[in-house]
Amino acid sequence: MKLVVAIIKPFKLDEVREALATLGVQGMTVTEVKGFGRQKGQTEIYRGAEYSTNMVPKIKVEVATTDALASRVVEAIQQAANTGAIGDGKIFVLEIGQAVRIRTGETDDVAL
Amino acid sequence: MKLSTKIGLGLGALGVSAMLAMPAWAQAAAAAGPIFNPTPEQQATMVNKGDVAWMAISSAIVLMMSVPALGLFYGGLVRTKNMLSVLMQVFMCVSVIALIWVCYGYSMAFSQGSTPFVGGFSKAFLAGVSPSTYAATFSNNVYLPEYVYVIFQMTFACITPALIVGSFAERVKFTPLIIFLVLWATLVYFPIAHMVWFWQGPDFLKGSTAPNGLMWQWGALDFAGGTVVHINAGIAGMMGCLVMGKRIGYGKEPMPPHSLTMTMIGASLLWVGWFGFNAGSNLEANAFMTLPFINTFVATAAAAVSWALCDQVVHGKPSMLGAASGAVAGLVAITPACGFIAPMTSIILGLLVSPLCFFFVSTVKNKFGYDDSLDVFGVHCIGGIFGAMMTGVFADPALGGQGFIDYTVFPSVAGAYDMTAQVITQFKAVCVTLVWSGGVSLILFFLLDKTIGLRPSAEVELEGLDLNEHGERAYNY
Repeated sequence: MKLVVAIIKPFKLDEVREALATLGVQGMTVTEVKGFGRQKGQTEIYRGAEYSTNMVPKIKVEVATTDALASRVVEAIQQAANTGAIGDGKIFVLEIGQAVRIRTGETDDVAL
Repeated sequence: MKLSTKIGLGLGALGVSAMLAMPAWAQAAAAAGPIFNPTPEQQATMVNKGDVAWMAISSAIVLMMSVPALGLFYGGLVRTKNMLSVLMQVFMCVSVIALIWVCYGYSMAFSQGSTPFVGGFSKAFLAGVSPSTYAATFSNNVYLPEYVYVIFQMTFACITPALIVGSFAERVKFTPLIIFLVLWATLVYFPIAHMVWFWQGPDFLKGSTAPNGLMWQWGALDFAGGTVVHINAGIAGMMGCLVMGKRIGYGKEPMPPHSLTMTMIGASLLWVGWFGFNAGSNLEANAFMTLPFINTFVATAAAAVSWALCDQVVHGKPSMLGAASGAVAGLVAITPACGFIAPMTSIILGLLVSPLCFFFVSTVKNKFGYDDSLDVFGVHCIGGIFGAMMTGVFADPALGGQGFIDYTVFPSVAGAYDMTAQVITQFKAVCVTLVWSGGVSLILFFLLDKTIGLRPSAEVELEGLDLNEHGERAYNY
């Protein structure tokens, strides 16, 4: 099992969700996050007072998937979240040691 | 009553025509012309229901300028942790000043004094004021019930000290602030209002030796409060911000406004309420009232546009905060001028005031490093001075202005306008206000700071005034 963690531009969330749904992905977790990478922050100016914010708002998407599906999930996110501009985000893939469905107690692939 | 021996040209003439149009007392007037020194019984026949209604409505919408408009305008500009402190400062200022206004403020500002500097205490606790006493307007033989005049002027007294709190928002203790506001109203606002606006009225001036307000007697033109309200509050705020020092972290950490949405709502409500402030200052719902009304509309629009243009040119983007700030700067600048100048010169006034205030709130403030949190000095004081000076220029009938009316003759007549002399008079009035308000404010702030202290502890300031001073949060998600 793999956990695919993607940091994407907030306005790309719907496209990513739709792309994953077509793959048959049954669930995901979404968090509003802030951070920075190569994309520089924004400058805000209030009556001449300039504030540069170096943390940029992003969305973190977490999808737990079977080993078989993992590479297609990564591919789908990469394509759906892509704008070609700096700041499009990153995708990380992690190993999952164990998974349990709380309601039934089912484990691993069946629990996903 | 907010003019001078020199008063808007149209006022008296319109008053006379309004008088002739009123059948209730046209017969009495027709027999002998306007009545000199009318008795209260005669004044009772010189009240117009339209004027009374207009002044009552104006008073209510000027109250709306303080709460909620000024509260929202200021509140949106502070950080979340200090939102309630600003709302509470404005709300309590209005409430406390309203009480001292009826106790002694009205009497100090608008009763006959033995000097030109301040009124007496003969009307303290509204002694002798009743529904059957009357206040003069700008027209011979046109009167308002005195209560509506007390109320209208009360709303001005309430908002002016509330303007000051913006200068040192986010770093002042509540109780010392309220003490300051009461002392400031007593020692600064009531005397300045008396000096600029107190006169005996158009039916009583001829041959009278009783002192009128100092600056009124000089002939200073201030239709709705450029000196009394904006310069007065602006310089007081500056003194507070200098005595209290900068906010912790000022210039080092970001202090962005927490809700420009509220700031926009506040600025817009100010604009609406300002029609009561400016057009209401005409004191009569006559045809002349429409001049300050339209001037207030277009000067504000022009100033909002020119501030947005400044933003566009200097920073590359037109900001909402800039547009709202420009609107307020335009409202401030048109305040003294609104009843004296023409709509086209009002637009010029509005277009020019924003670049000036823009320069002060960005370049000048940054250069000198004072922390005028919400730019009370840069917008209200600077905009007020500019408006007061330009009033002297644009009031000239040669530029489409209204000139002034000479009330030392009865019935009043148009006076001969001298622009240079008027500008000098305006300058003197501005200087008196700056020195009086600035000086007294500096002393008051200094004394309060050295005794009970004005600044909260660093811990309180960092955690926010809402929780520490008021025991609540603005937003519980």
